[in-house]
Amino acid sequence: MRRPVAVRVVGPLQWVVYPSLAAIAATIVLGTPIQLFGLNLPEPVFPMVLAFSWPLIRPSMVAAAMLFALGLFLDLFWGGPLGLWPLCLMAVYGILLVSRNLLAGHEGLIRFGWYLATTLGAFLLAYVVVAALAGNAPSIYALIGQIAPTLILYPIANWMLERFDDGDIRFR
Amino acid sequence: MAFRDGPFENLKVPLAWTAAVVVVVAIIGAALLLIGDRQTADGNSTFSGARGGFEAAAGPVGGVLAAPVRWVGSVGDAIGGYFFAVSENRRLKARIAELEGWKTDAIAMKNVNARYEALLGLRTEPAIPMVAAHAISETRGPFKNAKLIDVGAAKGVRIGNPVMDENGLVGRVSGVTGGVSRMVLLTDVASRTPVLIDRTDARAVLTGDGSDNPRLEFVRGAGALQVGDRILTSGDGGGLPRGIPVGVAAKGRDGSWRVKLFSDRGAIDYVRVLLFQDFGQLVNPGALNAPPLAGLSTAPEPTAAQAAAIGDAAARRQAQAQNQADRARAANAAAAAAAPVSTPPPARPPQAQTAPVPAPAAQTPTPQAPASTPTLAPEDER
Repeated sequence: MRRPVAVRVVGPLQWVVYPSLAAIAATIVLGTPIQLFGLNLPEPVFPMVLAFSWPLIRPSMVAAAMLFALGLFLDLFWGGPLGLWPLCLMAVYGILLVSRNLLAGHEGLIRFGWYLATTLGAFLLAYVVVAALAGNAPSIYALIGQIAPTLILYPIANWMLERFDDGDIRFR
Repeated sequence: MAFRDGPFENLKVPLAWTAAVVVVVAIIGAALLLIGDRQTADGNSTFSGARGGFEAAAGPVGGVLAAPVRWVGSVGDAIGGYFFAVSENRRLKARIAELEGWKTDAIAMKNVNARYEALLGLRTEPAIPMVAAHAISETRGPFKNAKLIDVGAAKGVRIGNPVMDENGLVGRVSGVTGGVSRMVLLTDVASRTPVLIDRTDARAVLTGDGSDNPRLEFVRGAGALQVGDRILTSGDGGGLPRGIPVGVAAKGRDGSWRVKLFSDRGAIDYVRVLLFQDFGQLVNPGALNAPPLAGLSTAPEPTAAQAAAIGDAAARRQAQAQNQADRARAANAAAAAAAPVSTPPPARPPQAQTAPVPAPAAQTPTPQAPASTPTLAPEDER
């Protein structure tokens, strides 16, 4: 007689909704106007981690729509031009969705290289859009000041890939 | 018939394709949002309703989530204050000694300035009411530098109001809801602020670029700017009052002129919103909008006493002018008579030479009319 096996289903709640809420909470917390030991808090783009990991975990309409909503949240919370971060995040998601077969099976430096390239591409797109809208190019130093903490978040993206990629047995 | 029994039972849509459709639609939507997000004539944006609703909700949520961070920050400040109390005390004592002299000078200059203003009848700007506010959240990235503050239209805050902290100008209000406002900092990439250099009174435009030190552009005049010059708001354009301290001029790493902001001396958590709109609030808008010389047609007829006084004053002015003209003519005639003649005088009989000759009338001293005396312009005197 076969024993019933408990199947743990990793649904959208685990790999889409909870990470999204965590990204929103982290963005709000780091938006606190205080200085710690004379330094301002960093301001990374947390949803960039999700834009990188979600298309590699599994193509999903829900994830894409949620990423768009996260971009809107960033624009509204930061007060930037509405549509800026949805455009940049969806561009990252779209590129990785197209090239996910190339990335399948790669780890380590190659995966980080893709994260670096897509992050730089998203920031370059945002830079061009903002410069065109404001008629004034933002400072390169300030740009680096936001890119660097965003790149430091790569271990979270890597952990999400290790945790959720191939995690749902229904997609094996 | 149940759906699963129908012809779509075995229909399978590739996940990648459906996700790709969502991505394309989302990118098009984002582009449309970017194109449609424009600033209206009253300073609002096209999506100000959505932004206002979001900010009204984000204010309290951000305050709750940021509470632990604030607590950690206050603990850090307390630790720093404990360990650096002695050096801070020395620095403050030196600062007080330095400022005592300035205080005396400031009191004297304030007194003299008030007397000058009274003597010259200057119309000084009235005191500007202010509202204190607490910053809820902050954006520090390269693409936006802004803050949410916990006062809004309910306390009289309006779009365009300048915002200061205890050190100097911070920015201006760019969006308002009932209880929360968003202010754009001077460092924002879209910020332009008319400023002046205190030492030379030269004008410039302070342009933010997302870095901590905004650029000084359109500096007019050679040698108008030196490292260490104080930068103040010029008030040009009427959007800001004149004289609010902004910062100190410095050379940037890229060789451009930049400003070290006074407001960077500490965290910008408590601010003051100046309820200043523009110069229009300083005068009667109705008088400004009146047509030129409107008083000529609207002034009432003078009374008999006023008409008599006006006629008397006019007659006095006319008589005085006539008198001055007569004196000037007499002075000119006397000068012409007293001038030496180059031709020899005709021979006269000897007795005529000994006879007393009456002095010509023109030689008698006459009062010179002030108008006839030649005066030199200051340039000529030099």
